[in-house]
Amino acid sequence: MSAIADYILHLADNAVVLGQRNAEWCGHGPILEEDLALANVSLDLIGQARLLYQRAATLLGGDATEDSLAYFRDAAEFRNYTLLELPHHGPLVGYAASDRDYATTIVRNFLYSALMVQLWEGLTKSSDSELAAIAAKSLKEASYHLHHARDWLVRLGDGTDESHARVQAAVDHLMPYTEEFWTPSPAESAAAAAGVGVDVRSLRAGWDALVNDAFAEATVTRPAFRGYVTEGKVGVHSEHLGFLLTEMQSLARAHPGATW
Amino acid sequence: MYTQSFSVPDNAGQKTAARTPSTEDPELMARFDARIDADGRIEPQDWMPEAYRRTLVRQISQHAHSEIVGMLPEGNWISRAPSLKRKAILIAKVQDEGGHGLYLYSAAETLGTSRDQMLEGLHSGRAKYSSIFNYPTLNWADVGVIGWLVDGAAIMNQIPLCRCSYGPYARAMVRVCKEESFHQRQGYEALLVMMKGTDAQKAMVQDAVDRWWWKCLAMFGPPDADSPNSAQGMRWGIKRISNDDLRQKFIDATVPQAQVLGVTLPDPDLKWNEERQHHDYGQIDWQEFWDTVEGNGPCNKERLSTRVKAHNDGQWVREAALAYARKQQERAKKEAA
Amino acid sequence: MSNAQPFEGARTEARQGGGSSSTTPALKEWPLWEVFVRSKQGLEHKHCGSLHAADASQALHMARDVYTRRQEGVSIWVVPSAAITASNPDDKGELFDPAADKIYRHPTFYEIPEEVGHM
Repeated sequence: MSAIADYILHLADNAVVLGQRNAEWCGHGPILEEDLALANVSLDLIGQARLLYQRAATLLGGDATEDSLAYFRDAAEFRNYTLLELPHHGPLVGYAASDRDYATTIVRNFLYSALMVQLWEGLTKSSDSELAAIAAKSLKEASYHLHHARDWLVRLGDGTDESHARVQAAVDHLMPYTEEFWTPSPAESAAAAAGVGVDVRSLRAGWDALVNDAFAEATVTRPAFRGYVTEGKVGVHSEHLGFLLTEMQSLARAHPGATW
Repeated sequence: MYTQSFSVPDNAGQKTAARTPSTEDPELMARFDARIDADGRIEPQDWMPEAYRRTLVRQISQHAHSEIVGMLPEGNWISRAPSLKRKAILIAKVQDEGGHGLYLYSAAETLGTSRDQMLEGLHSGRAKYSSIFNYPTLNWADVGVIGWLVDGAAIMNQIPLCRCSYGPYARAMVRVCKEESFHQRQGYEALLVMMKGTDAQKAMVQDAVDRWWWKCLAMFGPPDADSPNSAQGMRWGIKRISNDDLRQKFIDATVPQAQVLGVTLPDPDLKWNEERQHHDYGQIDWQEFWDTVEGNGPCNKERLSTRVKAHNDGQWVREAALAYARKQQERAKKEAA
Repeated sequence: MSNAQPFEGARTEARQGGGSSSTTPALKEWPLWEVFVRSKQGLEHKHCGSLHAADASQALHMARDVYTRRQEGVSIWVVPSAAITASNPDDKGELFDPAADKIYRHPTFYEIPEEVGHM
């Protein structure tokens, strides 16, 4: 597979996996208004995934389509950040007690969109003009997602004792996964070298500033990092992605070749 | 999406008798009646009899609850939608239902009942919602059939309500109908694609139609003869067309659509009556309908406990937002001082 | 004209204070906001509904997600429902009827010779 297509699949898989996760809130949100807001975030992400898969399918040629790429690849072929496939329950929430912790959702959306506003910005100058166009559209969406997530991060962090504890726990839980952002994968390096992609290392200072600023306002402490760096973007995932894809792909795979 | 003709009392099943006679001021009452008779609109600040207010709150909140609970059966399929296009369509649709619930809660709030009070009614099991959502969605075609038949039945109910006597409700319904109008089309189109597909896909569609058809007919509510609240609703202009008339209209409109689609409607007695210029149809199982209304359908308990759990799980989020807003206000005050 | 009335939403707040027969813990509801949206065609902001939000900036964002999902608008206002004062329906006669006979305020009152054309 070409490194460029692989790079675009990484972007697409990020969007579809997080879109799938955020959609789990549909009908279950903490308040009706927020239910609608999260559905909008999810719709933006799935829209991005579709455009990116279509672009990748063109580059790959053959029988590839947006849906063959989303529905007929296995977990090890997915190139998304491990962060995005994790379930919504954080360390404060047991499986039996609750399967969706809003703090986890918000912190993840914040950490990811703080990266994506910069990445999409950089990709608007991609030598792949289609990717550049997708980036321009996605940048506006990511800016709104960042605004939404940051706003809630601050409210929850500086809200009640309980919300503060939950947000701090979600930050402690999720921050280590963001280390994965900063080690370029072979596909990222190749795409950056070709002028198609962005060198992720160049985004770190900007991301740190966004994160530190928001954490300070939210009165949340940024944990020190040590230990294992996840590798979802090269196909080595957590145990969770397999379940997510099994559910997502089940119907499509039960009827291969069917049109919906 | 929505609903059985909202005249189901919240203590439904017992089919309560009419209320005690009005003790309202006769002069105000006469003015109110005159406005209703002239097909005028009642606005929130206008005087209205308590019974009218109560009936509206019950009807609008039932309608709102129906939209919110109605997010669940279709929402079940979001994670498994068989293509990304269908996934996006479904999320947007379920989201629309949430929006409709929100518009309707807003309309009911103008009558002096808070959303929390209405939710408390739902969560305690006192308030009803449309029974149609107490049935399970068992295959992907259910999503299309809900759009085609359930939303189709709902639209029949809703369009007359755009002219209902209570202004905020009528305005909310205009907005709801605008957005809802294409849900039926969207569901029907999804089914058309499946009916052009594999045998397995066609079988899914027929299976879904078989399971939903009779439930949709029941959505229009009990026969006119057994609808104690209907007459008062008609009198007040908050119900415009009778249950049986709407049901007949729905059947007549749906039969040709089923033919184009290539599915069989599961009623051997369904046939055109030349003399009546309408379709005749078989007996609806009202016992089953009332059982479900009373809480003993296949999914009543799941649906309700899912809503209660979402609300309870969200409590800390709502409290945090309020606490933050209060802190901000205090900080602003301090800075000003 | 006597008593101006609190707006639709505000009356909710007022009534809420009266308490209900609720069995759940004290109601801690987010305040109600009225939403006004200016549509693409460059018209005025128009009332389109209400929603609950903890504060103004949140209300603005939620209004975007609730009321502009189909490109209904290019600008949003949110106003606390409790801040709106509405005229009393009982005053309708004295407020609005006196304008009914001022027909000289309308262009059709003035006859212009046809040869002048459109004016």
